[in-house]
Amino acid sequence: MSIFVDEKTKVVVQGITGSQGRFYALRNQAYGTQVVGGTNPKKAGTDVDGIPVFATVAEARSETGANATMILVPAAGAPAAVMEAAEAGIELIVCLTEGIPAHDEARFYNALKRDFPSTRLIGPNCPGLITPGKCNIGFTPGDDALGGGPVGIVSRSGTLTYQALGELGGKGIGVSTCVGIGGDPVPGTSFIDCLAAFEADAETKAVMMIGEIGGSAEEEAAEFIRAEMSKPVVAYVAGVTAPPGKKMGHAGAIVSGSKGTAQAKMDALEAAGVKVGRNPTEAGDLMAGVVARL
Amino acid sequence: MDLFEYQGKQYFARYDIPVSPGGMARTIDEAVAAADAAGYPVVVKAQVQVGGRGKAGGIKLAADAGEARRHAEAILGMDIKGHVVKIVWIEHASDIAKEYYASFTLDRSVKKHLAMVSAKGGVDIESVADEDPDAIAKAHIDPLVGLDEATARQLVDAAGLDVEAHDGAVDVLMKLWRCYDEGDADLVEINPLILTPDGKVHALDAKVTLDDNAAFRHPEWDEFRGVAQLDPRDALAKEKGLQYIGLDGEVGIIANGAGLAMSTLDVVNQVGGKPANFLDIGGGANAEVMAGALEVINTDEKVKAIFINIFGGITKGEEVAKGIVEAFRRVDLKAPIVIRLDGTNAEEGRAILKEHESERLVSKPTMVEAAKAAVALANGVQP
Repeated sequence: MSIFVDEKTKVVVQGITGSQGRFYALRNQAYGTQVVGGTNPKKAGTDVDGIPVFATVAEARSETGANATMILVPAAGAPAAVMEAAEAGIELIVCLTEGIPAHDEARFYNALKRDFPSTRLIGPNCPGLITPGKCNIGFTPGDDALGGGPVGIVSRSGTLTYQALGELGGKGIGVSTCVGIGGDPVPGTSFIDCLAAFEADAETKAVMMIGEIGGSAEEEAAEFIRAEMSKPVVAYVAGVTAPPGKKMGHAGAIVSGSKGTAQAKMDALEAAGVKVGRNPTEAGDLMAGVVARL
Repeated sequence: MDLFEYQGKQYFARYDIPVSPGGMARTIDEAVAAADAAGYPVVVKAQVQVGGRGKAGGIKLAADAGEARRHAEAILGMDIKGHVVKIVWIEHASDIAKEYYASFTLDRSVKKHLAMVSAKGGVDIESVADEDPDAIAKAHIDPLVGLDEATARQLVDAAGLDVEAHDGAVDVLMKLWRCYDEGDADLVEINPLILTPDGKVHALDAKVTLDDNAAFRHPEWDEFRGVAQLDPRDALAKEKGLQYIGLDGEVGIIANGAGLAMSTLDVVNQVGGKPANFLDIGGGANAEVMAGALEVINTDEKVKAIFINIFGGITKGEEVAKGIVEAFRRVDLKAPIVIRLDGTNAEEGRAILKEHESERLVSKPTMVEAAKAAVALANGVQP
């Protein structure tokens, strides 16, 4: 078992003819992911190293039975790419594109919620997700990921996601699924969405959560863990000593209240019964202890 | 991008939000000319991106040209909490009957926009939120629907604005929404939004944060750039396209990914060191990028050791290692380097680093060990 992706996931790459799209399509395919096609309206009928290119996602879906997309188009075109995938009936949209304006993200997030409530969006500006040995969509270096469970990982940060996989892999601890939700203002999938999915997943016995400063997603996750989760959670929050990030002025401070600092997030998580490491290595050690007692 | 007050008012003016007539000035003569044009009495306002400028003497009323000259002379060059005033904004002084507050920003937890209006403006709105939260009327705005006039009117009413201000405030709110939405702002805030004795509502201050990600569709933002005053280290980093924030410690930090960079600062702190900076080189770590990062760090006199922390996901380990070796050759570094290289093909990368290892170039397998070595080197101890 796993969450969101497995060996049956069939992926279409939107932006496959770009240099990044091509690179990751082939890399994910080499890992074992079923990359069944790509899209580019101007290059329909051609192929990228044997992966067929279609004009639209709808066409790619009807020809290949794809149920997921990976989006690697430039920021200006990404909102339309997300909506195209949803309208084509794709169940899982993984948007890796970074630099999308926040107002656009808010618009397509709310449009999906209203018109396509069963479609899951991961990202934007995320490293993707991996169910080791079965499906890797995105940037994650698959070699660092050891599969088979019992730990699920959810992270807001890219490289720290790989760090977490490395810490666990180095100790011989396997992972069910590792999801990088991205650090943008309006992530399609939240910590809570992933925690709920891991709670329901039979293979996942414990969850590692990697947060960072800013916003209040970690505090909201802490509340969810306290109220809803039976499985143990280990967390690390980056940025205890980081300089305050982009100041959102007074209105932003009011929205998030006193929340937002790494310390406040760690306190909230600890109060919810989460074991919190002060750095990724310590979090890895804490998880090793949790796994030993499972 | 945070705008100065005068830039915020220029942006407001694009969306027909009423502001006082005025002009910006970099010299005393320009200031007097701007004051003459605005019409006396005028207010001379220091343009700095830090709160508390009024208390620091950065905002002064002038009744005539002589007074405007004296105030501009005092305020230009003034140091307000470490920010040197290079620009003043001079505007016609307004008669104020009432001071209100209005803003739009994104509520990340609800994933909709948030409008806030209060009759208690002109003061620190955060203290209003703490002491009298009911004094702030709030409404979530669906990005697919936008702000409609009925909602704007409800907000103004719920906030308890004076009846004679209602129509003017609704008009400002509708325009401020357009400025926020079409203008791709992360934040627009008017504090105070004033009611004049003759019943007009207008913006006496402007706080605007633009979303840098939307710059590609806003060529008009170009005029706002290049004005902000940067630390020389920040300016060099910006020129090289690196995410850099200068700090005060002695361990220079280079990492790939914002999360890993933040985590690196944490670990350096935990083992007793003080980071000199935050520097994220992003996904690719080739020789060009690495050399640029090392050049930026090299300009920081306080740096005694440099910690390079790379987890190769996108870039392979041997490419990262070659980049570091090449950059090490190209930049004449004042401080020794400690490298922790992990991720894709880390073994191959470490093998390359091994060939070049010296007292000035140390490689460690884990983040914590590397942090300890960097802090030891910064303290003059060879690890």
